[in-house]
Amino acid sequence: MSYLQHLEDQSIYILREAFANFKNMAMPWSMGKDSNTLIWLAKKAFAGKIPFPLLHIDTTYEFPEMLAFREWARKHYEIDLIVMVNEEARKRGVGYETHDPVTVTHELKSAALQQALAKYKWDALVTGIRRDEDSTRAKERYFSPRTADNEWEYRDQPPEFWGQFTTAVKPGEHVRVQPLLDWTELDIWEYVRREGIPIPKMYFAENGRRYRSLGCWPITKSIESSVDTLEGIVEELKTTKTSERAGRAQDHHERNAMQKLRAKGFM
Amino acid sequence: MPPAPKPVPADYVPVFFPKRQGGARAAGGPEEPRTSIVVVGHVDHGKSTLIGRLLADTGSLPEGKLEAAEKASREEGMPLEYAFLLDALLEEQAQNITIDTTRIGFRHNGRSFEIIDAPGHREFIKNMVTGAAAAEEAILLIDAKEGLREQTRRHGLLLSLLGVSRVIVAVNKMDLVDWKEDRFRALEREIREYLGGLAISPREVIPISAREGANVMRRDPKNLSWWKGLTLLEALTAAAGRQGVQAEGPLRFSVQDVYRFDARRVVAGKLESGRLKVGDPIVFFPDRKSSRIKTIESWGEEESLKEVGPGQSVAVTLEEQIFVERGHVGSLPDHSPVESREVRARIFWLDPEPLRLQAPVQLRLGTQSVEARIVAIDRVVDAEKLEAANEAREEVGRFEVAEVRLRCRRPLVYDSHEKVAATGRFALQRGARIGGGGIITEADYPVSLAKAVTGEHLTWTEGRVSSEARASHFGHEGAVIWLTGLSGSGKSTIAVALESLLFRRGIGSMILDGDNLRHGLCADLGFSLEDRAENIRRAGEVAKLMAESGLVVISSLISPLQKEREAVRSSCHASGLNFSEVYIDAPIAACEKRDPRGLYQKARKGEIKGFTGIDSPYEPPQKADLVLHTATEKVEESVGRLLEHVLGLVQLKEVDRASAGGPGGQI
Repeated sequence: MSYLQHLEDQSIYILREAFANFKNMAMPWSMGKDSNTLIWLAKKAFAGKIPFPLLHIDTTYEFPEMLAFREWARKHYEIDLIVMVNEEARKRGVGYETHDPVTVTHELKSAALQQALAKYKWDALVTGIRRDEDSTRAKERYFSPRTADNEWEYRDQPPEFWGQFTTAVKPGEHVRVQPLLDWTELDIWEYVRREGIPIPKMYFAENGRRYRSLGCWPITKSIESSVDTLEGIVEELKTTKTSERAGRAQDHHERNAMQKLRAKGFM
Repeated sequence: MPPAPKPVPADYVPVFFPKRQGGARAAGGPEEPRTSIVVVGHVDHGKSTLIGRLLADTGSLPEGKLEAAEKASREEGMPLEYAFLLDALLEEQAQNITIDTTRIGFRHNGRSFEIIDAPGHREFIKNMVTGAAAAEEAILLIDAKEGLREQTRRHGLLLSLLGVSRVIVAVNKMDLVDWKEDRFRALEREIREYLGGLAISPREVIPISAREGANVMRRDPKNLSWWKGLTLLEALTAAAGRQGVQAEGPLRFSVQDVYRFDARRVVAGKLESGRLKVGDPIVFFPDRKSSRIKTIESWGEEESLKEVGPGQSVAVTLEEQIFVERGHVGSLPDHSPVESREVRARIFWLDPEPLRLQAPVQLRLGTQSVEARIVAIDRVVDAEKLEAANEAREEVGRFEVAEVRLRCRRPLVYDSHEKVAATGRFALQRGARIGGGGIITEADYPVSLAKAVTGEHLTWTEGRVSSEARASHFGHEGAVIWLTGLSGSGKSTIAVALESLLFRRGIGSMILDGDNLRHGLCADLGFSLEDRAENIRRAGEVAKLMAESGLVVISSLISPLQKEREAVRSSCHASGLNFSEVYIDAPIAACEKRDPRGLYQKARKGEIKGFTGIDSPYEPPQKADLVLHTATEKVEESVGRLLEHVLGLVQLKEVDRASAGGPGGQI
């Protein structure tokens, strides 16, 4: 069996375990390549019908191209999509114009997620994080419990082996279900190619620049590249040494920024 | 801040549709071999340093990582610490230890590897288990100066328990012992001997210095001129590739869920082993409902799937609408799994609070989850000395490994770990947390005389009164005491005496006599081989029902054939019942001499055909739980020994509950 097939099978197993064990789950969806791979896997896992809602946290700094993609996907995949904006923070004037990226990310993403959790009372969230993205994510579990304050107790994580996960939570707590944990950026692209998964056009070069990772427009930089095919992306990745999230400003604001963001509930 | 992006035109197409380059999923796409490796060993024997070195030497670090590690090392006032490449968390950098399992990939000579770094501190062993359970290959690190330490041994033991048998030993920090060959050879002998005791034969034992970069990727002709073997990376590359993880075996399909999102009923799950094709017959345990595979779900596939193989996540529809649910296990009609309430296993325990005898714990195997309790602790293994503790134990403490017998509330479907690894291992959960796990060491594969249940709408009705509650109410457990022996050997005499002795002790008991059964339940049966087998099967089922109600059933039947007695035994064990086979052993001459009912005489005259011992065989038990020699010992003596045996079986063991809550014993 190919390694990609092994990854697909494992992810589908994880998604089904989550659906069988939790009463009220949802899947945050950022529309990026990982998120779209996750939709694809969920369609496969549940025989073509995703039996839980997807959540898009709209920071109000979304690229217009991505909002267009969102509407396309909503129809194409027949998904139940919830869009969440931290209106309260926007009213207070929180924004990239006036605040540092770590604060804005926390307010418009993590706090917005917290508000959605409080409103919908989900006991499990499916995320698209991967170990190779960041060294703190490397330490994650497939099923990672979060406290009622949405905190990650990374010092005392439950053991996880032989396909047995943490599936019981106390009221107010939830579990992050992470089916893509073992995938690398390259695996994602090779799988997108193998399966022909539709993805946003912004990953492909236009006028000599393309996006490798997609976030809020004020803090997401494009890279110099003429690559306009999937084969080109895979080839470019095999030779690059720049980390994937290098174009994301909030990660580099201070040492251990990612660690601090994640302990507070960032994905 | 950059200028705000322009709105997109109304006809903008936001989607890129890649040209599909897959091919059928079962066939798989192009593949680079990829191996996951766990690095284990005692604390400070250099695990993180080795991983940092592997990444740096193979040029696998993203740009900026090495610089970041140099900066972090400077801030802590130290020279470049390779371990900092991994130990990203603040706390770790301050304490210089690894907190949790880290996974990171690297590539070398066209091969891909994923390293799972397992920490060495004993309180973090659960993370080591998490890491090692996912690995195909292990590097066991030993500090050349310190030699084998407690965790070296314990990690070796856990590797063997987790089924990671492919091990490379790296003797690290050779620079600290002046690169001496004799030191290396002595350690090599010691570790080979230790691992040999665990049935692990290391593929290579290699001297290295991770800090100096010696013999990791590059040879060190200056310091290790005496070493003619492989470098660590050569050894890893030679072993690369996923193999041996999912060998072909009997079909085991763990059902995760049944979806009814549209008109179809889709049975979703994982093929733990074996293959499955459209049209295959399939039997679901524990209900033993059978059907055929109608379709294999193929959403997103280029062509609809006709066959799936081991390790795959699959979903199928069935020809017949039989009742299937999460926790069921599909099997082909032959090579069925064991279905039993009794489990013999070697377990490891990770939780600070020990696991006590008779305390409830959730046993999770595949998608099954049943309440279980340990009913016997046979052996607790000391991970350092690999010796069994001498004293009788009533609990399994943190980080201990023990051989135990578990009894489940409901029948569990399983295999021995040796036969099918994926359905021969389980996790133990207490409260919301997984506290340990184990592998199944023995499995009595069924010698069942019962056929698969054919009635479509039959289900099993579960009572509300548990066997534990019954036992506690009556003050003893139920049991089937199966007396077997020739006609005239003394079965009835002994049965009658035992019944009254038990009754006087307040133990509910009842005799099930073969001849008596033939007056009612078995009145329709004759003495053909088939009828005699059916007679035994019915007697076994009745005995089982009575024992389940809490009685000690003393069955008194000749039951001449080993196979039939074994079937009753395995059926009782499957229901979690005590069963004892007692051989009433008297030579045929003695029986014939007694001949209380004149039957031998009639048989000799040919008036009775097929008489056991005369013209029909009697197979003496091969492994009777007790043998009574009625020709040589007195009746009182035989009955006394039997009474003692039965009391040991059914009397409730007193568990010292006062000790609950105290700290656990550790090795």
